[in-house]
Amino acid sequence: MSMGEVRADQADAGRDERGEPVLEVEGLTVGLGGLELITELAFALGAGERVGLIGESGSGKSLTALALIGLLPEGLRARGSVRLAGVGHDLIGASERRMSAVRGRRMAMVFQEPMTALNPLMKVGRQVAEILLLHDTEPDRESAREAVVELFERVHLSDPERMPESYPHQLSGGERQRVMLAMALANEPTVLICDEPTTALDVTVQARMLEVILEGVERHDSALLFITHDLPVVATVCRRVMVLYGGRLVESGPIAEVFTRPRHPYTEGLLESSKFEESDADGRLPTIPGSVPAAGRFPSGCPFRDRCHAASERCTEWPGWTGDALRGFACWHPRGGDDG
Amino acid sequence: MLRRTGIFLVSLALASILVFAFMTVLPGDPAQVALGVNAEPEAVARLQERFGTDRPLPVRYVDWVSGLLTADFGVSYVTQAAIGPQIVDRFLVTLWLVATATALALLLAVPVGVVAAVRHQRPTGAALSGLSQVGIAVPSFLAGMLLIALFAVHWRLLPAGGWTPPVEDPGRFVRGLILPAVSLGIVQAAVLTRYVRSAVLDVLREDYLRTARAKGMGPYLALIRHGLRNAALPVVTVLGLQLATLLIGAVVVERVFVLPGLGSLLLDGVANRDLLLVQGVVMVLVLAVLVVNYVVDVLYVVIDPRLRRGT
Amino acid sequence: MSAAESAALSEPAAGDAESVARRRRLNPNLIIGALLVGLVVVLALVSFVWTPYDPTHVDAEARLAGYTADHWLGTDKFGRDVLSQLMVGARTTLFVGVVAVGVAALLGTPLGMLAGMASSGWVRELIMRGSDLLLAFPALLLAIMFGAVFGASTLTAMIAIGIATVPTFARIARSRTLQVMQTEYVMAARAAGRSRRAIAWRHVLPNIAGLLIVQASVSFAIAVLAEAALSFLGFGTAPPTPSWGRMLQEAQELLAVAPRLALWPGLGIAVAVLGFNLLGDGLRDRFDPQLDDRR
Repeated sequence: MSMGEVRADQADAGRDERGEPVLEVEGLTVGLGGLELITELAFALGAGERVGLIGESGSGKSLTALALIGLLPEGLRARGSVRLAGVGHDLIGASERRMSAVRGRRMAMVFQEPMTALNPLMKVGRQVAEILLLHDTEPDRESAREAVVELFERVHLSDPERMPESYPHQLSGGERQRVMLAMALANEPTVLICDEPTTALDVTVQARMLEVILEGVERHDSALLFITHDLPVVATVCRRVMVLYGGRLVESGPIAEVFTRPRHPYTEGLLESSKFEESDADGRLPTIPGSVPAAGRFPSGCPFRDRCHAASERCTEWPGWTGDALRGFACWHPRGGDDG
Repeated sequence: MLRRTGIFLVSLALASILVFAFMTVLPGDPAQVALGVNAEPEAVARLQERFGTDRPLPVRYVDWVSGLLTADFGVSYVTQAAIGPQIVDRFLVTLWLVATATALALLLAVPVGVVAAVRHQRPTGAALSGLSQVGIAVPSFLAGMLLIALFAVHWRLLPAGGWTPPVEDPGRFVRGLILPAVSLGIVQAAVLTRYVRSAVLDVLREDYLRTARAKGMGPYLALIRHGLRNAALPVVTVLGLQLATLLIGAVVVERVFVLPGLGSLLLDGVANRDLLLVQGVVMVLVLAVLVVNYVVDVLYVVIDPRLRRGT
Repeated sequence: MSAAESAALSEPAAGDAESVARRRRLNPNLIIGALLVGLVVVLALVSFVWTPYDPTHVDAEARLAGYTADHWLGTDKFGRDVLSQLMVGARTTLFVGVVAVGVAALLGTPLGMLAGMASSGWVRELIMRGSDLLLAFPALLLAIMFGAVFGASTLTAMIAIGIATVPTFARIARSRTLQVMQTEYVMAARAAGRSRRAIAWRHVLPNIAGLLIVQASVSFAIAVLAEAALSFLGFGTAPPTPSWGRMLQEAQELLAVAPRLALWPGLGIAVAVLGFNLLGDGLRDRFDPQLDDRR
């Protein structure tokens, strides 16, 4: 298959039973000066679909999210194409005015650090009401206030009547994160991106948060892009998963399949290292040898080849995508059978 | 809140002791000084009695402090004039100067600082930043002199000095206030600009600004709605600290523009070896500094809900 | 006003790309600052060896001369050569700065370290309250007080400015000491039973040195301004020793006639202050880019 056809096919993945994809990403590349941090990313999300994006720190997961929503840090440039249902223009390169209309309305994001994501000097109710008033979802402050209470009920915050009057520092991490979620879902976005929403939370609180996220996206039929490095979490929440390494998509497919029969050595390594019950003869837990290089310092061709036990000469050249949009990988020497 | 007030009062008391110790205990006996080294002991003793300097130090201290509470600063040993009224008169002049200078400084520093921060990677930002660096390097009296040379001597637009009370002739009052206020204010503006810029830059990096953008706010709206109040915190602190410098800087500017303010009173007092006068003026200045710091502390709590107790 | 430590779990390079680039680039602040300061230092050093004239030499014939071949920068109302005064005045400026900052650093640093390391809360409170109290007395005020009591001179000016700057150094020393005390390195040393003094020397001091140097540069600039103001008011260096501040004061009455007399000492002051400020900023970037990478 040629690259063009492959990419179109990947985009088809979102179409399954639900029709047109709501988010189509093609050739997304993010760079800083001469360094490429994300290379030629392509995927699609269907309406209400829940897709996970996994990888270790340094793989480019968060940057992907920021690129989609157009909030890359200073100095980073994105090119490629991102199309969102209901939005007439490409998100990449769109003007600030156009993006302001999209953010918080058609595409929303929940960030990782609840401690710092809310303005410490403003009451939380007001911060949530803001998103409603900004996009004219509610006509005035009164109705916005009522809407906020209802939003707080939906994310199961205790005392939803009085909580809007609190300041962020008076809330726990889990509560703050739920406020962020309420904020993100307030305008019934087409796509909700969650960037490691539970990583900073206690384990006991995590499960609750995931429940609330699932409830939320189901209610509004929002597509969910769930970014994390935590494999069990992504298995709980998502049906499809994409594996990112060195800024490249190396594998994707239904979770059940990818997690039981991984094809890419990196995916395999990830799965192995999350198995805490297994240890070798010396009592050591399995790990992927080596460490993630600094951003932009990945080797040419397949970024994983320095750490891969199956690497060969060939791997200095990018393998290209094998498979289709529903299930595929990028490797010269995949596990479970060679096709290359 | 209570604690802060307590600290303020204690600092005030300690400062008064320091000032008293410095200006009364350290120097020589004013009676001796007035009469000269070769004066007869009886004459000195008589004068001491009149001055009240023959009483024990603690008594004199308490006497002085209790006088302060009623704005009675005593009577000068040198001029025999009551010190209190002089201080009050002059204080108003200094107050006008400082207040106007601060207002000017803020009016200039806030917008410039914000722009410098938002455009900190572009030439505009760098230029503004550089300009503020230069502004700091120019002492206010130099700025004053330059302004006089330009506006008073060369163009004859504004007076080179002198003071007209506002009630007497508002027009002349304003014209006389412009150059001194600008000299003092420009330097202040330069200092403040740097802090505003830095505070805004800090805020721009904050996560909650990113959240605001993710909600759909443009960069300027996000900054105004969410950033300014947060950026105000460090700026308020600096303003408070700067006010102390400003008050003292006024001393020099008053010299340049011949303004009858507290500063010139202080300098005159020193020149005349009128130590009781100096003591009084210093106390007032120190009081002003402490009050400003206290107000800044309180403002901090007002602005930042995290600092409030019991929440 | 401490900088927030960003606990980015992902992609550190993205946000820090800018500060990384900054660290690598040769800092313009540092260079310009060093050049300006160097200029003043050279001027002062050269003055020890050579000046066009004796700066205190009065020459009634050559009063208020303009820019001539004999007097490159002209003369003042007493016929004294401006350039010579400028050069020797540089000495005064630097001297005052060195002593004032020296006093402040030598007194303030140990106090700050003590406040940061002391186990007794009493000592800590005492030092901090004392330091805060001192803040109520700005440098200029203290110098005027000193001058009133002890008589005005370069010495009283230097010491007064120095004492007024002690709280600044103490505060920096204290906050950094507190940070260092929390590091695992120090905790290990304490657990191993090393004495307070050893820890102070070995661990704390090297770690606060950088910040102190930065502050020294900035405080130097402030000291220069203070000295200039004091000399202008007549509280600093007494005549006939040249001082930039006094040159300005003398120039004031002649502003209409010879504005150039104010230009050169003014320029000198501005260059010195700007230089030390930029140097301080540049050093700050160098020493701890995490702390203030955009100031």
